[in-house]
Amino acid sequence: MANAIKSSVVDPLIDNNPITLQVLGVCSALAVTTNMTAALIMSIALTTVTAFSSAMISSIRNHIPSSIRIIVQMTIIASLVIIVDQLLKAYAYDASKQLSVFVGLIITNCIVLGRAEAFAMKNPPVLSFFDGIGNGLGYSLILMIVAFFRELLGTGKLFGHVVIPVANEGGWYMPNGLMLLPPSAFFVIGLIIWLVRSVKREQIESADYQIHQVHRTEVL
Amino acid sequence: MAETTQNKGLIASILGLPNDDPKKTIIVAFLLCLVCSILVSTSAVMFKPKQIANKQADIKKNILAVTGLLDKSSDVNTLFEQFEVKIVDLETGEYSDIDPESYDQRKASGDPAQSIKLSQQQDIANIGRRANLAKIYLLKEDDKIKRVVLPIHGYGLWSTLYGFVSLESDYNTIGGLQFYSHAETPGLGGEVDNPKWRKQWQGKKVFNDAGELEIEVIRGHVDFQVEGSEHKVDGLSGATLTSRGVSNLVNFWLGDDGFGPYLKKMSEAEK
Repeated sequence: MANAIKSSVVDPLIDNNPITLQVLGVCSALAVTTNMTAALIMSIALTTVTAFSSAMISSIRNHIPSSIRIIVQMTIIASLVIIVDQLLKAYAYDASKQLSVFVGLIITNCIVLGRAEAFAMKNPPVLSFFDGIGNGLGYSLILMIVAFFRELLGTGKLFGHVVIPVANEGGWYMPNGLMLLPPSAFFVIGLIIWLVRSVKREQIESADYQIHQVHRTEVL
Repeated sequence: MAETTQNKGLIASILGLPNDDPKKTIIVAFLLCLVCSILVSTSAVMFKPKQIANKQADIKKNILAVTGLLDKSSDVNTLFEQFEVKIVDLETGEYSDIDPESYDQRKASGDPAQSIKLSQQQDIANIGRRANLAKIYLLKEDDKIKRVVLPIHGYGLWSTLYGFVSLESDYNTIGGLQFYSHAETPGLGGEVDNPKWRKQWQGKKVFNDAGELEIEVIRGHVDFQVEGSEHKVDGLSGATLTSRGVSNLVNFWLGDDGFGPYLKKMSEAEK
């Protein structure tokens, strides 16, 4: 049991990362990674929601009619997201202002529903809880890496503190405005996936189809 | 499971039904909704007071910031006590005796009885309706008005920007401009929050010598050699529509359909 818990927390970090291997939850990774503070709060919110929704769904998994199972999962996830949103508005007002709609959009985050459907429906609550934590952390790890590069190169700051003085405030660094726009997150995530897969070659997917080699003799 | 839970009460018998039984489907859906709605409404009710307090503190903080009084070491509420809150009738420019505490301008803007519909020509700020009354904040020193803080809002690129503009006692010189709520693109339109950009507004004149509205956000940089530069503010690069929105909303709120009548009245009284 302890081993299963450990592997369900550790595996999603790199070996089975929801973003780099499963390529889920990329949408919010684009939106909230312009600065590290927002990314951190989003990470915590998503990890909490994934963990608790998995645990709750898992505990009633034997009584969920399969005809309405997605609706049941969504209702639980949505309720948890609203509670997290309310909590943030009450205790982290500035951060919730910055994240605005993106906390609400955790409802549509593929990772949460993906873990509910793929794991929590078939496994006991405690294990599902830790699976949620693990996948949340895997998501958080990538989010923080992306936010690190975007905030540093886009504004010269980290967590809002000046690291590299930028040119229009008297420094030497000319910030790269593209890093603040959503496409740059695609580039950074793409580079991370490339890096991970060149180190862990077993993550490379086999090609869906092989382009047929045409030999000269076959041509009419 | 179905065999063991028979005749053991209602709940057990429901749980014992096969999962694809329509009766069980409906009951599970109903119970789930009940539990979830209780959770959601509990959290909403529980956190409401704290959220309202946060929102009010945030508005106060912005009013202090727009007048340059914000001081991290002092309490926001104590600092805010320097301000006198007044309600102004925008049509006449007179003060109204409605209790400022209970008046919610944003709510009033949506109520046909408390607001007017703007014609397309009037509505440069793209707000649709304008409340008849506005809540303003006066900073007084020895019974003389030193600063007046006016609430402004209007449409940018993605969102309605809500903020404040403060004017000095000549009712012409801008003391500051600040938005407390918007959803413009971070790094581009979101730069309306940039302290450097906001600082440019300080000292700009709203009206020219003839009393006409001249304030404007232009594209590119302001050339200080050219006449009228005291009315112009640099546009935000990469955010033409947000800049235009800000320009329009400032013009709307300081113009005849906004605080124009009030400002005219006050500056005449000053003379």
